[in-house]
Amino acid sequence: MSELILFRHLDIPDINDLDVYLANGGFKGLREIVGKKSPQEVVDIVKASGLRGRGGAGFPTGVKWSFLTPDVFPRYVVINADESEPGAFKDREIMERNPYQLLEGIAICCYAAQAQTAYIYCRGEFWDLAKELDEKIAELKDRGFLGKKLFGEKFDLEIYIHVGAGAYICGEETALLESLEGKLGMPRLRPPFPAAEGLFAKPTVVNNVETLANLPPIITRGADWFRSIGTEKSSGTKIFSLSGHIAKPGNYELPLGTSFRELIYDNGNGIPNGNAIKAILPAGASAPLLPASEEILDTGMDYESVSKAGSQLGSASIIVMDETVDISWVAYKTTKFFNHESCGKCTPCREGTYWMFNVMQHIKNGEGTFDDLATLNSVAESIVGKCLCALGDFSTMALTSGIEYFQEDFNAHLREKV
Amino acid sequence: MLQDNHATEIAQILERYPQASKRAAVMPLLFLAQREVGFISRDAINEIAGLLDLDPTDVGSLIGYYTLFYDKPGGKYRIQICTDLPCALRGAEKFSHEVCEMLNIQVGETTEDGFFTLEEVMCLAACDRAPLFQVQGKGGIQYHENMTLESTTAFIESIREQDANE
Repeated sequence: MSELILFRHLDIPDINDLDVYLANGGFKGLREIVGKKSPQEVVDIVKASGLRGRGGAGFPTGVKWSFLTPDVFPRYVVINADESEPGAFKDREIMERNPYQLLEGIAICCYAAQAQTAYIYCRGEFWDLAKELDEKIAELKDRGFLGKKLFGEKFDLEIYIHVGAGAYICGEETALLESLEGKLGMPRLRPPFPAAEGLFAKPTVVNNVETLANLPPIITRGADWFRSIGTEKSSGTKIFSLSGHIAKPGNYELPLGTSFRELIYDNGNGIPNGNAIKAILPAGASAPLLPASEEILDTGMDYESVSKAGSQLGSASIIVMDETVDISWVAYKTTKFFNHESCGKCTPCREGTYWMFNVMQHIKNGEGTFDDLATLNSVAESIVGKCLCALGDFSTMALTSGIEYFQEDFNAHLREKV
Repeated sequence: MLQDNHATEIAQILERYPQASKRAAVMPLLFLAQREVGFISRDAINEIAGLLDLDPTDVGSLIGYYTLFYDKPGGKYRIQICTDLPCALRGAEKFSHEVCEMLNIQVGETTEDGFFTLEEVMCLAACDRAPLFQVQGKGGIQYHENMTLESTTAFIESIREQDANE
Protein backbone atom coordinates (compact mmCIF):
# COMPACT_ATOMS: atom_id res chain seq x y z
CA MET A 1 0.00 0.00 0.00
CA SER A 2 1.22 3.49 -0.78
CA GLU A 3 1.76 6.11 1.89
CA LEU A 4 -1.33 7.82 3.29
CA ILE A 5 -1.08 11.59 3.10
CA LEU A 6 -4.70 12.56 3.73
CA PHE A 7 -6.21 9.51 5.42
CA ARG A 8 -3.70 9.54 8.28
CA HIS A 9 -6.49 8.36 10.59
CA LEU A 10 -6.03 4.89 9.12
CA ASP A 11 -2.52 4.86 10.65
CA ILE A 12 -3.33 7.02 13.69
CA PRO A 13 -6.99 6.37 14.59
CA ASP A 14 -7.40 9.21 17.12
CA ILE A 15 -5.79 11.93 15.01
CA ASN A 16 -9.09 13.81 15.31
CA ASP A 17 -7.90 14.71 18.81
CA LEU A 18 -5.87 17.94 18.76
CA ASP A 19 -3.11 16.68 21.07
CA VAL A 20 -2.65 13.56 18.99
CA TYR A 21 -2.55 15.68 15.85
CA LEU A 22 0.08 17.96 17.41
CA ALA A 23 2.16 15.00 18.62
CA ASN A 24 2.24 13.76 15.02
CA GLY A 25 3.59 16.90 13.42
CA GLY A 26 0.34 18.88 13.45
CA PHE A 27 0.58 22.62 12.72
CA LYS A 28 4.28 22.24 11.91
CA GLY A 29 3.48 23.40 8.36
CA LEU A 30 1.68 26.52 9.50
CA ARG A 31 4.46 27.35 11.98
CA GLU A 32 7.02 26.99 9.21
CA ILE A 33 5.45 29.74 7.15
CA VAL A 34 3.80 32.34 9.42
CA GLY A 35 6.30 35.16 9.77
CA LYS A 36 9.03 33.02 8.18
CA LYS A 37 8.00 32.84 4.54
CA SER A 38 6.25 35.45 2.44
CA PRO A 39 2.77 34.64 1.09
CA GLN A 40 4.28 34.63 -2.40
CA GLU A 41 6.82 32.00 -1.36
CA VAL A 42 3.97 29.76 -0.19
CA VAL A 43 2.12 30.26 -3.48
CA ASP A 44 5.32 29.31 -5.31
CA ILE A 45 5.75 26.10 -3.27
CA VAL A 46 2.17 25.04 -4.01
CA LYS A 47 2.61 25.89 -7.70
CA ALA A 48 5.82 23.84 -7.80
CA SER A 49 4.08 20.88 -6.12
CA GLY A 50 1.72 20.57 -9.08
CA LEU A 51 -1.28 20.20 -6.71
CA ARG A 52 -4.51 20.35 -8.69
CA GLY A 53 -8.01 21.09 -7.39
CA ARG A 54 -9.62 17.93 -6.04
CA GLY A 55 -13.21 19.12 -6.34
CA GLY A 56 -13.55 18.01 -9.94
CA ALA A 57 -12.03 20.54 -12.32
CA GLY A 58 -8.39 19.66 -11.56
CA PHE A 59 -7.18 23.24 -11.98
CA PRO A 60 -3.66 23.92 -10.58
CA THR A 61 -4.19 25.27 -7.06
CA GLY A 62 -1.20 27.62 -6.83
CA VAL A 63 -2.06 29.13 -10.21
CA LYS A 64 -5.65 29.74 -9.04
CA TRP A 65 -4.31 31.63 -6.00
CA SER A 66 -2.01 33.76 -8.14
CA PHE A 67 -5.03 35.23 -9.98
CA LEU A 68 -6.12 37.19 -6.87
CA THR A 69 -6.34 40.88 -7.75
CA PRO A 70 -3.27 42.50 -6.16
CA ASP A 71 -3.64 45.02 -3.35
CA VAL A 72 -7.39 44.64 -2.88
CA PHE A 73 -8.45 43.74 0.68
CA PRO A 74 -10.13 42.17 2.55
CA ARG A 75 -9.82 38.84 0.78
CA TYR A 76 -11.67 35.65 1.60
CA VAL A 77 -10.99 31.95 1.48
CA VAL A 78 -14.06 29.77 0.99
CA ILE A 79 -13.90 26.03 1.46
CA ASN A 80 -16.19 23.94 -0.66
CA ALA A 81 -17.51 21.23 1.65
CA ASP A 82 -20.82 20.90 -0.20
CA GLU A 83 -20.02 17.35 -1.26
CA SER A 84 -23.11 16.28 -3.26
CA GLU A 85 -21.94 14.44 -6.37
CA PRO A 86 -23.67 11.05 -6.53
CA GLY A 87 -20.93 8.64 -5.55
CA ALA A 88 -18.72 11.16 -3.70
CA PHE A 89 -18.18 10.77 0.05
CA LYS A 90 -14.50 11.60 0.55
CA ASP A 91 -14.60 15.12 2.04
CA ARG A 92 -16.92 13.87 4.73
CA GLU A 93 -14.34 11.29 5.83
CA ILE A 94 -11.56 13.90 5.94
CA MET A 95 -13.72 16.24 8.03
CA GLU A 96 -14.81 13.46 10.37
CA ARG A 97 -11.58 11.58 10.83
CA ASN A 98 -8.70 13.98 10.08
CA PRO A 99 -10.26 17.43 10.62
CA TYR A 100 -7.24 19.29 11.96
CA GLN A 101 -5.24 18.63 8.81
CA LEU A 102 -8.02 20.35 6.87
CA LEU A 103 -8.14 23.25 9.35
CA GLU A 104 -4.35 23.66 9.18
CA GLY A 105 -4.58 23.55 5.38
CA ILE A 106 -7.20 26.31 5.48
CA ALA A 107 -4.89 28.43 7.63
CA ILE A 108 -2.00 27.88 5.20
CA CYS A 109 -4.22 28.84 2.28
CA CYS A 110 -5.37 32.00 4.10
CA TYR A 111 -1.76 32.97 4.79
CA ALA A 112 -0.83 32.51 1.12
CA ALA A 113 -3.93 34.40 -0.06
CA GLN A 114 -3.51 37.11 2.61
CA ALA A 115 -7.03 36.51 3.83
CA GLN A 116 -8.11 36.92 7.43
CA THR A 117 -11.47 35.21 7.15
CA ALA A 118 -12.39 31.77 5.87
CA TYR A 119 -15.84 30.24 5.52
CA ILE A 120 -16.36 26.49 5.30
CA TYR A 121 -19.51 25.98 3.23
CA CYS A 122 -20.69 22.62 4.53
CA ARG A 123 -23.72 20.87 3.06
CA GLY A 124 -26.69 21.06 5.42
CA GLU A 125 -27.09 17.31 5.65
CA PHE A 126 -23.72 17.18 7.47
CA TRP A 127 -25.41 18.89 10.42
CA ASP A 128 -23.67 16.95 13.19
CA LEU A 129 -20.33 17.17 11.43
CA ALA A 130 -20.68 20.96 11.10
CA LYS A 131 -21.32 21.16 14.84
CA GLU A 132 -18.20 19.10 15.57
CA LEU A 133 -16.08 21.29 13.29
CA ASP A 134 -17.46 24.37 15.03
CA GLU A 135 -16.27 22.98 18.37
CA LYS A 136 -12.86 22.19 16.93
CA ILE A 137 -12.54 25.75 15.59
CA ALA A 138 -13.37 27.12 19.06
CA GLU A 139 -10.76 24.79 20.55
CA LEU A 140 -8.12 26.01 18.08
CA LYS A 141 -8.91 29.57 19.04
CA ASP A 142 -8.49 28.75 22.74
CA ARG A 143 -5.18 27.04 22.07
CA GLY A 144 -3.74 29.89 19.99
CA PHE A 145 -3.95 28.34 16.51
CA LEU A 146 -6.57 30.83 15.35
CA GLY A 147 -7.42 34.40 16.23
CA LYS A 148 -5.44 37.60 16.39
CA LYS A 149 -1.65 37.81 15.95
CA LEU A 150 -1.06 34.14 15.32
CA PHE A 151 2.22 32.90 16.84
CA GLY A 152 2.95 36.53 17.74
CA GLU A 153 3.19 37.50 14.07
CA LYS A 154 1.16 39.94 11.99
CA PHE A 155 -1.44 37.42 10.88
CA ASP A 156 -5.05 37.33 12.11
CA LEU A 157 -7.35 34.49 11.16
CA GLU A 158 -10.97 33.50 11.79
CA ILE A 159 -12.67 30.41 10.37
CA TYR A 160 -16.47 30.10 10.30
CA ILE A 161 -18.79 27.28 9.33
CA HIS A 162 -21.66 28.15 7.02
CA VAL A 163 -24.26 25.42 6.57
CA GLY A 164 -25.97 24.95 3.21
CA ALA A 165 -29.53 23.73 2.84
CA GLY A 166 -29.68 21.07 0.17
CA ALA A 167 -28.80 22.15 -3.37
CA TYR A 168 -26.30 20.25 -5.54
CA ILE A 169 -25.63 23.34 -7.62
CA CYS A 170 -24.03 25.06 -4.61
CA GLY A 171 -20.98 22.85 -5.18
CA GLU A 172 -20.34 25.05 -8.24
CA GLU A 173 -18.10 27.78 -6.90
CA THR A 174 -20.01 30.88 -8.00
CA ALA A 175 -23.37 29.39 -6.96
CA LEU A 176 -21.76 28.56 -3.64
CA LEU A 177 -20.72 32.19 -3.22
CA GLU A 178 -24.24 33.40 -4.05
CA SER A 179 -25.63 30.98 -1.47
CA LEU A 180 -23.09 32.06 1.13
CA GLU A 181 -24.23 35.64 0.55
CA GLY A 182 -27.76 34.56 1.45
CA LYS A 183 -29.17 34.38 -2.07
CA LEU A 184 -30.53 31.62 -4.28
CA GLY A 185 -27.58 29.40 -5.17
CA MET A 186 -27.30 30.13 -8.88
CA PRO A 187 -24.08 30.42 -10.91
CA ARG A 188 -22.69 33.83 -11.82
CA LEU A 189 -21.65 35.06 -15.20
CA ARG A 190 -17.85 35.02 -15.52
CA PRO A 191 -15.76 37.15 -15.75
CA PRO A 192 -15.34 38.51 -13.18
CA PHE A 193 -13.90 35.34 -11.65
CA PRO A 194 -13.96 34.88 -7.85
CA ALA A 195 -10.25 35.77 -7.67
CA ALA A 196 -11.24 39.28 -8.74
CA GLU A 197 -14.79 39.59 -7.36
CA GLY A 198 -15.82 36.68 -5.21
CA LEU A 199 -17.46 36.67 -1.80
CA PHE A 200 -18.98 40.06 -0.93
CA ALA A 201 -17.42 41.28 -4.22
CA LYS A 202 -13.90 40.85 -2.78
CA PRO A 203 -11.01 38.75 -4.15
CA THR A 204 -11.74 35.17 -3.08
CA VAL A 205 -10.14 31.75 -3.26
CA VAL A 206 -12.56 28.82 -3.40
CA ASN A 207 -10.96 25.41 -2.80
CA ASN A 208 -12.24 21.92 -2.10
CA VAL A 209 -11.73 20.19 1.27
CA GLU A 210 -9.41 17.52 -0.13
CA THR A 211 -7.29 20.12 -1.95
CA LEU A 212 -6.61 22.07 1.23
CA ALA A 213 -5.91 18.98 3.33
CA ASN A 214 -2.90 18.40 1.04
CA LEU A 215 -1.23 21.67 2.07
CA PRO A 216 0.34 20.82 5.46
CA PRO A 217 2.41 17.90 4.09
CA ILE A 218 3.35 19.91 0.98
CA ILE A 219 4.78 22.64 3.23
CA THR A 220 6.65 20.31 5.61
CA ARG A 221 7.91 17.81 3.05
CA GLY A 222 8.32 20.03 0.02
CA ALA A 223 7.11 20.32 -3.53
CA ASP A 224 9.60 17.77 -4.89
CA TRP A 225 8.41 15.10 -2.49
CA PHE A 226 4.79 15.74 -3.55
CA ARG A 227 5.72 15.60 -7.22
CA SER A 228 7.37 12.22 -6.66
CA ILE A 229 3.90 10.75 -6.03
CA GLY A 230 1.41 10.17 -8.82
CA THR A 231 2.09 10.97 -12.47
CA GLU A 232 4.02 13.77 -14.10
CA LYS A 233 0.97 15.97 -14.69
CA SER A 234 -1.24 14.66 -11.87
CA SER A 235 0.89 14.72 -8.74
CA GLY A 236 0.00 13.44 -5.30
CA THR A 237 -2.53 10.96 -4.07
CA LYS A 238 -6.30 11.10 -4.60
CA ILE A 239 -9.14 9.78 -2.55
CA PHE A 240 -11.24 7.51 -4.73
CA SER A 241 -14.80 6.99 -3.49
CA LEU A 242 -15.76 3.53 -4.67
CA SER A 243 -19.45 2.59 -4.74
CA GLY A 244 -22.08 0.58 -6.60
CA HIS A 245 -21.64 -3.13 -7.34
CA ILE A 246 -18.47 -3.66 -5.39
CA ALA A 247 -17.58 -6.11 -2.62
CA LYS A 248 -15.84 -3.54 -0.41
CA PRO A 249 -17.21 -0.07 -1.11
CA GLY A 250 -15.46 2.86 0.57
CA ASN A 251 -12.82 5.53 0.21
CA TYR A 252 -9.34 4.57 -0.92
CA GLU A 253 -6.39 6.94 -0.98
CA LEU A 254 -4.06 5.94 -3.81
CA PRO A 255 -1.52 7.72 -6.00
CA LEU A 256 -3.06 9.44 -9.01
CA GLY A 257 -2.53 7.21 -12.00
CA THR A 258 -3.47 3.98 -10.17
CA SER A 259 -5.45 1.78 -12.55
CA PHE A 260 -9.20 1.16 -12.33
CA ARG A 261 -8.31 -2.53 -12.05
CA GLU A 262 -6.18 -2.04 -8.95
CA LEU A 263 -8.86 0.06 -7.24
CA ILE A 264 -11.75 -2.23 -8.12
CA TYR A 265 -10.13 -5.64 -7.68
CA ASP A 266 -7.22 -5.16 -5.23
CA ASN A 267 -8.82 -2.56 -2.98
CA GLY A 268 -12.54 -3.11 -3.54
CA ASN A 269 -12.28 -6.93 -3.73
CA GLY A 270 -14.06 -7.03 -7.09
CA ILE A 271 -17.67 -7.50 -8.10
CA PRO A 272 -19.98 -9.46 -5.77
CA ASN A 273 -21.94 -12.62 -6.67
CA GLY A 274 -19.45 -13.67 -9.34
CA ASN A 275 -20.94 -11.15 -11.77
CA ALA A 276 -18.97 -9.53 -14.57
CA ILE A 277 -18.31 -5.78 -14.57
CA LYS A 278 -20.23 -3.88 -17.23
CA ALA A 279 -19.52 -0.16 -16.93
CA ILE A 280 -17.82 2.46 -14.77
CA LEU A 281 -18.86 6.01 -14.02
CA PRO A 282 -15.52 7.61 -12.99
CA ALA A 283 -16.84 11.01 -11.91
CA GLY A 284 -20.18 10.24 -10.31
CA ALA A 285 -23.15 11.20 -12.45
CA SER A 286 -21.20 13.98 -14.15
CA ALA A 287 -19.01 12.41 -16.83
CA PRO A 288 -19.44 9.85 -19.60
CA LEU A 289 -19.62 6.24 -18.50
CA LEU A 290 -16.92 3.88 -19.69
CA PRO A 291 -17.64 0.34 -20.90
CA ALA A 292 -15.50 -1.93 -18.74
CA SER A 293 -13.10 -3.37 -21.32
CA GLU A 294 -9.68 -4.78 -20.38
CA GLU A 295 -8.16 -1.64 -21.82
CA ILE A 296 -10.34 0.62 -19.65
CA LEU A 297 -9.58 -1.43 -16.53
CA ASP A 298 -5.87 -0.91 -17.18
CA THR A 299 -6.30 2.85 -17.61
CA GLY A 300 -4.63 4.98 -14.95
CA MET A 301 -6.92 7.16 -12.87
CA ASP A 302 -5.29 10.52 -13.46
CA TYR A 303 -6.75 13.59 -15.14
CA GLU A 304 -5.05 13.02 -18.50
CA SER A 305 -5.55 9.26 -18.87
CA VAL A 306 -9.26 9.22 -17.99
CA SER A 307 -9.85 12.11 -20.36
CA LYS A 308 -8.01 10.26 -23.11
CA ALA A 309 -10.20 7.21 -22.45
CA GLY A 310 -13.28 9.32 -23.18
CA SER A 311 -14.44 10.49 -19.78
CA GLN A 312 -13.25 12.67 -16.87
CA LEU A 313 -11.72 11.91 -13.49
CA GLY A 314 -13.66 14.77 -11.86
CA SER A 315 -14.02 14.20 -8.15
CA ALA A 316 -12.99 10.53 -8.60
CA SER A 317 -16.35 9.14 -7.51
CA ILE A 318 -16.11 5.72 -9.07
CA ILE A 319 -19.50 4.01 -9.48
CA VAL A 320 -19.20 0.41 -10.62
CA MET A 321 -22.02 -1.41 -12.43
CA ASP A 322 -22.19 -5.12 -13.10
CA GLU A 323 -23.74 -7.07 -15.97
CA THR A 324 -27.22 -7.08 -14.35
CA VAL A 325 -27.56 -3.30 -14.82
CA ASP A 326 -29.77 -1.90 -17.56
CA ILE A 327 -27.92 1.21 -18.75
CA SER A 328 -31.20 2.86 -19.83
CA TRP A 329 -32.22 2.71 -16.16
CA VAL A 330 -28.89 4.36 -15.25
CA ALA A 331 -29.72 7.16 -17.69
CA TYR A 332 -33.18 7.41 -16.13
CA LYS A 333 -31.59 7.83 -12.70
CA THR A 334 -29.01 10.44 -13.77
CA THR A 335 -31.51 12.49 -15.78
CA LYS A 336 -33.87 12.39 -12.80
CA PHE A 337 -31.07 13.71 -10.60
CA PHE A 338 -30.16 16.60 -12.90
CA ASN A 339 -33.78 17.50 -13.56
CA HIS A 340 -34.15 17.90 -9.80
CA GLU A 341 -30.87 19.76 -9.34
CA SER A 342 -30.88 22.19 -12.30
CA CYS A 343 -31.16 25.62 -10.70
CA GLY A 344 -33.32 26.94 -13.53
CA LYS A 345 -31.23 29.98 -14.40
CA CYS A 346 -30.16 29.00 -17.93
CA THR A 347 -32.92 27.98 -20.32
CA PRO A 348 -31.08 25.13 -22.11
CA CYS A 349 -30.37 23.36 -18.81
CA ARG A 350 -33.73 24.10 -17.17
CA GLU A 351 -35.78 22.93 -20.15
CA GLY A 352 -33.33 20.32 -21.37
CA THR A 353 -32.98 18.44 -18.08
CA TYR A 354 -36.78 18.39 -17.85
CA TRP A 355 -37.18 16.93 -21.33
CA MET A 356 -34.41 14.36 -21.03
CA PHE A 357 -35.97 13.05 -17.81
CA ASN A 358 -39.45 13.20 -19.30
CA VAL A 359 -38.43 11.09 -22.31
CA MET A 360 -36.49 8.66 -20.10
CA GLN A 361 -39.55 8.21 -17.89
CA HIS A 362 -41.58 7.53 -21.00
CA ILE A 363 -39.04 4.89 -22.09
CA LYS A 364 -38.93 3.32 -18.64
CA ASN A 365 -42.72 3.00 -18.69
CA GLY A 366 -42.52 1.07 -21.95
CA GLU A 367 -43.99 3.91 -24.02
CA GLY A 368 -40.81 4.82 -25.92
CA THR A 369 -40.21 4.59 -29.66
CA PHE A 370 -36.94 4.40 -31.60
CA ASP A 371 -37.30 8.08 -32.47
CA ASP A 372 -36.80 8.95 -28.82
CA LEU A 373 -33.07 8.24 -29.01
CA ALA A 374 -32.62 10.93 -31.65
CA THR A 375 -34.76 13.27 -29.55
CA LEU A 376 -32.60 12.64 -26.47
CA ASN A 377 -29.38 13.23 -28.40
CA SER A 378 -30.76 16.41 -29.92
CA VAL A 379 -31.88 17.79 -26.53
CA ALA A 380 -28.44 16.94 -25.10
CA GLU A 381 -26.74 18.69 -27.99
CA SER A 382 -28.75 21.84 -27.36
CA ILE A 383 -27.54 21.96 -23.74
CA VAL A 384 -23.81 21.24 -24.03
CA GLY A 385 -21.66 24.37 -24.00
CA LYS A 386 -24.65 26.71 -23.78
CA CYS A 387 -24.97 27.31 -20.03
CA LEU A 388 -23.27 29.44 -17.39
CA CYS A 389 -21.94 26.47 -15.44
CA ALA A 390 -21.05 22.86 -16.11
CA LEU A 391 -24.21 21.30 -14.66
CA GLY A 392 -25.92 21.44 -18.03
CA ASP A 393 -23.07 19.58 -19.71
CA PHE A 394 -22.91 17.07 -16.85
CA SER A 395 -26.61 16.27 -17.19
CA THR A 396 -26.12 14.85 -20.68
CA MET A 397 -22.99 12.75 -20.12
CA ALA A 398 -24.22 9.44 -18.70
CA LEU A 399 -27.19 9.55 -21.06
CA THR A 400 -25.41 10.17 -24.36
CA SER A 401 -22.49 7.86 -23.53
CA GLY A 402 -25.02 5.24 -22.43
CA ILE A 403 -26.76 5.44 -25.80
CA GLU A 404 -23.41 5.35 -27.60
CA TYR A 405 -22.00 2.27 -25.84
CA PHE A 406 -25.10 0.35 -24.78
CA GLN A 407 -27.82 1.22 -27.27
CA GLU A 408 -29.17 -2.34 -27.05
CA ASP A 409 -30.19 -1.64 -23.43
CA PHE A 410 -32.36 1.24 -24.65
CA ASN A 411 -33.62 -0.64 -27.70
CA ALA A 412 -35.01 -3.37 -25.45
CA HIS A 413 -37.61 -0.87 -24.21
CA LEU A 414 -38.44 0.73 -27.55
CA ARG A 415 -40.84 -0.03 -30.38
CA GLU A 416 -41.48 1.38 -33.86
CA LYS A 417 -43.64 4.47 -34.02
CA VAL A 418 -47.14 3.68 -35.29
CA MET B 1 -40.45 35.40 18.54
CA LEU B 2 -36.97 34.10 17.73
CA GLN B 3 -35.39 37.09 19.42
CA ASP B 4 -37.11 36.31 22.73
CA ASN B 5 -35.62 32.83 22.95
CA HIS B 6 -32.42 33.06 20.93
CA ALA B 7 -31.03 36.59 21.27
CA THR B 8 -27.47 35.39 21.97
CA GLU B 9 -27.43 32.88 19.13
CA ILE B 10 -28.79 35.47 16.70
CA ALA B 11 -26.07 37.93 17.72
CA GLN B 12 -23.42 35.23 17.28
CA ILE B 13 -24.71 34.41 13.80
CA LEU B 14 -24.73 38.06 12.73
CA GLU B 15 -21.17 38.53 14.01
CA ARG B 16 -19.81 36.08 11.44
CA TYR B 17 -20.57 38.29 8.45
CA PRO B 18 -19.61 41.86 7.53
CA GLN B 19 -22.27 44.33 8.67
CA ALA B 20 -22.80 45.55 5.10
CA SER B 21 -23.47 41.95 3.96
CA LYS B 22 -25.64 40.78 6.82
CA ARG B 23 -28.03 39.11 4.40
CA ALA B 24 -25.50 36.24 4.51
CA ALA B 25 -27.02 35.35 7.89
CA VAL B 26 -30.36 34.44 6.34
CA MET B 27 -29.77 30.69 5.98
CA PRO B 28 -28.40 30.20 9.51
CA LEU B 29 -31.39 32.15 10.82
CA LEU B 30 -33.83 30.06 8.80
CA PHE B 31 -32.28 26.91 10.31
CA LEU B 32 -32.67 28.45 13.74
CA ALA B 33 -36.37 29.08 13.09
CA GLN B 34 -36.92 25.62 11.64
CA ARG B 35 -35.29 23.96 14.64
CA GLU B 36 -38.01 25.47 16.84
CA VAL B 37 -41.09 23.86 15.31
CA GLY B 38 -39.93 21.72 12.38
CA PHE B 39 -40.86 24.23 9.70
CA ILE B 40 -40.51 27.97 9.05
CA SER B 41 -43.65 29.89 9.95
CA ARG B 42 -44.88 33.07 8.29
CA ASP B 43 -44.08 34.95 11.50
CA ALA B 44 -40.51 33.68 11.47
CA ILE B 45 -40.10 34.76 7.84
CA ASN B 46 -41.28 38.25 8.72
CA GLU B 47 -39.04 38.45 11.75
CA ILE B 48 -35.94 37.28 9.84
CA ALA B 49 -36.73 39.69 7.01
CA GLY B 50 -36.94 42.49 9.57
CA LEU B 51 -33.62 41.55 11.18
CA LEU B 52 -31.80 41.60 7.84
CA ASP B 53 -33.66 44.45 6.11
CA LEU B 54 -35.01 42.10 3.44
CA ASP B 55 -38.40 41.71 1.87
CA PRO B 56 -40.34 38.74 3.32
CA THR B 57 -40.93 37.47 -0.24
CA ASP B 58 -37.17 37.39 -0.76
CA VAL B 59 -36.71 35.29 2.40
CA GLY B 60 -39.62 33.05 1.40
CA SER B 61 -38.08 32.32 -2.00
CA LEU B 62 -35.09 30.71 -0.27
CA ILE B 63 -37.38 28.26 1.50
CA GLY B 64 -38.77 27.18 -1.85
CA TYR B 65 -35.33 26.88 -3.43
CA TYR B 66 -33.43 24.88 -0.82
CA THR B 67 -34.69 21.36 -0.16
CA LEU B 68 -33.88 21.28 3.56
CA PHE B 69 -36.24 24.16 4.37
CA TYR B 70 -39.97 23.66 4.88
CA ASP B 71 -42.75 26.20 5.03
CA LYS B 72 -45.34 23.61 6.11
CA PRO B 73 -45.38 21.20 9.03
CA GLY B 74 -44.72 17.54 8.23
CA GLY B 75 -44.37 14.53 10.49
CA LYS B 76 -42.47 15.02 13.72
CA TYR B 77 -39.66 13.15 12.00
CA ARG B 78 -38.82 13.29 8.33
CA ILE B 79 -37.22 10.06 7.18
CA GLN B 80 -35.32 10.84 3.99
CA ILE B 81 -34.07 7.82 2.09
CA CYS B 82 -31.40 8.30 -0.54
CA THR B 83 -32.44 6.50 -3.72
CA ASP B 84 -29.88 8.09 -6.02
CA LEU B 85 -27.91 5.91 -8.46
CA PRO B 86 -25.13 4.56 -6.17
CA CYS B 87 -27.63 3.77 -3.40
CA ALA B 88 -30.12 2.32 -5.87
CA LEU B 89 -27.41 -0.07 -7.11
CA ARG B 90 -27.29 -1.34 -3.54
CA GLY B 91 -31.03 -1.89 -3.24
CA ALA B 92 -32.23 1.49 -1.92
CA GLU B 93 -35.34 1.63 -4.13
CA LYS B 94 -36.53 -1.74 -2.87
CA PHE B 95 -35.66 -0.69 0.67
CA SER B 96 -37.69 2.52 0.34
CA HIS B 97 -40.65 0.51 -0.95
CA GLU B 98 -40.46 -1.87 2.02
CA VAL B 99 -40.23 0.96 4.56
CA CYS B 100 -43.29 2.57 2.94
CA GLU B 101 -45.21 -0.70 3.29
CA MET B 102 -44.12 -1.06 6.89
CA LEU B 103 -45.29 2.49 7.70
CA ASN B 104 -48.37 2.01 5.52
CA ILE B 105 -47.78 5.22 3.56
CA GLN B 106 -46.61 6.31 0.10
CA VAL B 107 -43.47 8.36 -0.55
CA GLY B 108 -44.19 11.96 0.49
CA GLU B 109 -46.93 11.01 2.96
CA THR B 110 -47.09 11.20 6.75
CA THR B 111 -48.15 8.39 9.08
CA GLU B 112 -51.60 8.68 10.64
CA ASP B 113 -50.19 9.44 14.07
CA GLY B 114 -48.26 12.38 12.58
CA PHE B 115 -44.89 10.93 13.58
CA PHE B 116 -43.13 10.10 10.34
CA THR B 117 -43.01 11.64 6.89
CA LEU B 118 -41.15 9.52 4.35
CA GLU B 119 -39.31 11.17 1.48
CA GLU B 120 -36.92 9.97 -1.20
CA VAL B 121 -33.96 12.33 -1.63
CA MET B 122 -30.89 12.84 -3.78
CA CYS B 123 -27.34 11.82 -2.88
CA LEU B 124 -26.45 12.12 0.83
CA ALA B 125 -22.71 11.45 0.35
CA ALA B 126 -22.65 8.10 2.12
CA CYS B 127 -22.96 5.82 -0.91
CA ASP B 128 -20.72 3.12 0.56
CA ARG B 129 -23.17 2.60 3.43
CA ALA B 130 -26.42 2.20 1.50
CA PRO B 131 -29.24 1.66 2.14
CA LEU B 132 -29.34 4.72 4.35
CA PHE B 133 -31.57 7.57 5.37
CA GLN B 134 -31.28 10.80 7.27
CA VAL B 135 -33.78 11.83 9.89
CA GLN B 136 -34.74 15.45 10.29
CA GLY B 137 -36.43 15.96 13.60
CA LYS B 138 -35.81 17.58 16.91
CA GLY B 139 -32.46 19.32 17.01
CA GLY B 140 -30.95 18.52 13.68
CA ILE B 141 -30.21 15.84 11.12
CA GLN B 142 -28.91 12.36 11.84
CA TYR B 143 -27.68 9.69 9.45
CA HIS B 144 -28.70 6.05 9.77
CA GLU B 145 -26.47 3.91 7.57
CA ASN B 146 -26.25 0.29 6.40
CA MET B 147 -29.95 -0.08 7.22
CA THR B 148 -32.22 -3.08 6.78
CA LEU B 149 -35.98 -3.31 7.13
CA GLU B 150 -35.42 -4.93 10.54
CA SER B 151 -33.10 -2.22 11.89
CA THR B 152 -35.43 0.46 10.50
CA THR B 153 -38.44 -1.11 12.19
CA ALA B 154 -36.51 -1.20 15.47
CA PHE B 155 -35.55 2.47 15.00
CA ILE B 156 -39.16 3.49 14.33
CA GLU B 157 -40.35 1.65 17.44
CA SER B 158 -37.64 3.20 19.59
CA ILE B 159 -38.65 6.70 18.49
CA ARG B 160 -42.31 6.03 19.24
CA GLU B 161 -41.42 4.67 22.67
CA GLN B 162 -39.05 7.52 23.41
CA ASP B 163 -41.71 10.04 22.47
CA ALA B 164 -44.37 8.30 24.58
CA ASN B 165 -42.06 8.61 27.60
CA GLU B 166 -41.48 12.34 27.15
